[in-house]
Amino acid sequence: MSEPLLVVDDLHVTFKIHGGRAVRAVDGVSFAVRAGETVGIVGESGSGKSVTALAILGLLPSRGVTTSGSILLNGQQLLGASEHDMQDVRGRRAAMVFQDPMTSLNPVLTIGRQLTETITRHLGVKRDAARDRAAELLDRVGIPEPRQRLKNYPHQLSGGMRQRVMIAIALASDPALIIADEPTTALDVTIQAQVLELLREVVRESNTALVMITHDLGVIAGICESVNVMYSGRIVESNERHHLFASPRHHYTRGLLASVPRLDGAQGRLVPIPGSPSDVIAWSEGCAFAPRCPAVSDACRGQAPELVSSPEGGTLRCVQPAPVGMPVWSGR
Amino acid sequence: MLQVRNLQVHFPIKKGLVFDRTVGAVRAVDGVDLTIPRSTTLGLVGESGCGKSTVGKAILRLVPLTAGTVTFDNLELSALQNEELRKARRHVQMIFQDPYASLNPRQNVESIITEPIRTHQLRTGAAVHQRVNELLDSVGLPRGAASRYPHEFSGGQRQRIGIARALAAEPDLIIADEPVSALDVSIQAQVINLLADLQEQLGLTYLLISHDLAVVRHISDTVAVMYLGAIVETAPAETLYTNPQHPYTLALLSAVPVPDPVVEDSRHRMVLQGDLPSPANPPSGCRFHTRCAYAQRRCEQERPVLRDLEPGHQVACHFAEEIAVSISATRGGDVVL
Ligand SMILES: Nc1ncnc2c1ncn2[C@@H]1O[C@H](COP(=O)(O)OP(=O)(O)OP(=O)(O)O)[C@@H](O)[C@H]1O
Ligand SMILES: Nc1ncnc2c1ncn2[C@@H]1O[C@H](COP(=O)(O)OP(=O)(O)OP(=O)(O)O)[C@@H](O)[C@H]1O
Ligand code: SF4
Ligand code: SF4
Ligand SMILES: [Mg+2]
Ligand SMILES: [Mg+2]
Repeated sequence: MSEPLLVVDDLHVTFKIHGGRAVRAVDGVSFAVRAGETVGIVGESGSGKSVTALAILGLLPSRGVTTSGSILLNGQQLLGASEHDMQDVRGRRAAMVFQDPMTSLNPVLTIGRQLTETITRHLGVKRDAARDRAAELLDRVGIPEPRQRLKNYPHQLSGGMRQRVMIAIALASDPALIIADEPTTALDVTIQAQVLELLREVVRESNTALVMITHDLGVIAGICESVNVMYSGRIVESNERHHLFASPRHHYTRGLLASVPRLDGAQGRLVPIPGSPSDVIAWSEGCAFAPRCPAVSDACRGQAPELVSSPEGGTLRCVQPAPVGMPVWSGR
Repeated sequence: MLQVRNLQVHFPIKKGLVFDRTVGAVRAVDGVDLTIPRSTTLGLVGESGCGKSTVGKAILRLVPLTAGTVTFDNLELSALQNEELRKARRHVQMIFQDPYASLNPRQNVESIITEPIRTHQLRTGAAVHQRVNELLDSVGLPRGAASRYPHEFSGGQRQRIGIARALAAEPDLIIADEPVSALDVSIQAQVINLLADLQEQLGLTYLLISHDLAVVRHISDTVAVMYLGAIVETAPAETLYTNPQHPYTLALLSAVPVPDPVVEDSRHRMVLQGDLPSPANPPSGCRFHTRCAYAQRRCEQERPVLRDLEPGHQVACHFAEEIAVSISATRGGDVVL
């Protein structure tokens, strides 16, 4: 197998908030992504998914944040790199697609302006050539009449079209890595299907590495080759997607699967995870999921469970995982 | 039983600063029929802007009706005025998507829940406090919650407060507009199960509005699919999901991701082209014709009416039978998964 393009190793991100309190948003996260591969990060609100993404692209606020660990993109250390270097990384090698395109598009500039600016800045071509390239990109992401659309302002486009424009801007620099943070969460299902299809196509045709952040297990099952499940700032389980769904072993992963209704009606009464995401303990005092875990015991408290590789593949952070080969659902 | 007949809600589009001229209308709801038998749940699904919330608001008379009737247990809600309307509203309560925005941050939980009890004079004196405790019990909140304020609760707990407030009026019909959409995945199931339990205990009738087709399948007896202001298909839940007949229903179902890679790898994806047209300027004939893979000339000219395919299963498509035949010929088996 080829060398991974992106290697995140023991990443920590801590925010100092007023009153001197520290929030360990990301608390020792490691994963790797190869060219042409799609890796998912799933977990509930506040688990640290977005902060992980922002850290990789150097987009964290400059004040009140401490980071440690290592982020290697093609061997280059990104953690602690200068803003100048990070701008270059974001312009040529890595791009991000956010949940809400309205917040990342400039409302007073036309789509064409925003696209051509990115293109001229990063590829150093003339304006006419940049306009041609912009129209090509809009066409590539499936926007009809691209030359006309270049003259539109963001508010003149539908939510689905705006997200396509964001993807077009991301593709403008032909990046080796795309990080998509909930790119379809704000979209209707039929539009979500279009955008997911587009992302699949980009990965296939350009051999792009894609990190897909989502809370939707269905999206994960459909697009990611491997999955990292996050809880309270740490990865608690990761595996190739078929293994993860057929044999989920961490009790949080199992809880998530048992609590979502399925379109194919393959489950009976839903089994909710008790409590709420705010019922956590610090990892230094034990497993953060302990207050909500149905299998909790004394062994789960006192210190954090280690992340260990299991002989069946994948990694797991749990002292008493479910046995191998016990799906949450018994098929359709 | 709730009966909605030919419901229309058109919002005027106005232009001009000094003289408001009406220059057109958003046909948010444009001829909707619904029937919900007592103690059952109807799931109303469809994409953003198709008019789901407007249907809910129109039933409660929170928006003016352009045409149509709404009848609940022989009471014609759409004909009531003032005091009569106020009294009738007690029987129909609403639960909203965003539990936080729908609760007054300055009222504590007791005062929030007591409000409908006092407004409709359902209890007096010590019985009011007794009733608050009962309601907290039934939505699974600790009794100590009564003296606390909305911001002290998590999203799922706030939704429980909203449900307790709705129940306080002792309604027969509850309109739940995206009741779990704003909640964390792990919390959604708690609220879904609670709604199901309450229905069983209290015999409630639900209109559940949601864009989440998996949630709707899970708790609905009947499902109605809406597109641009009209119902395109309605059927018992099991039938709708296993034997959908309208091309839009097919596309919608095939677009919902299933959390199972085996299913995801093998299913047929029908990716729809284009965007939802504007309800201010809906397409002629069948409103779905601009995105329908099976559209023919007739579809552009003639608006299909909702017709019976079999008892309880209605579809608004000129060519439903032919399409079903052609799909099962090419695919066989399960058409959606
Ligand atoms: N700028 C910031 N300052 C302080 N704390 C922050 C900041 N950004 C994020 N956090 C905290 O870091 C934690 C992780 O947040 P993050 O946004 O990564 O969650 P997430 O997994 O993306 O959740 P969601 O699914 O809601 O998007 C949260 O507790 C959040 O409150
Ligand atoms: N008060 C209003 N004035 C004018 N237009 C309105 C009004 N309320 C709703 N609309 C329009 O009516 C249409 C239907 O809106 P509605 O809120 O019912 O959709 P919905 O199906 O509930 O969508 P969502 O899933 O996004 O909640 C939309 O085009 C909306 O913009
Ligand atoms: S370590 Fe203990 S509390 Fe944590 S998931 Fe495993 S069994 Fe549950
Ligand atoms: S009537 Fe025509 S356009 Fe409408 S759904 Fe049926 S085939 Fe498609
Ligand atoms: Mg996030
Ligand atoms: Mg709505």
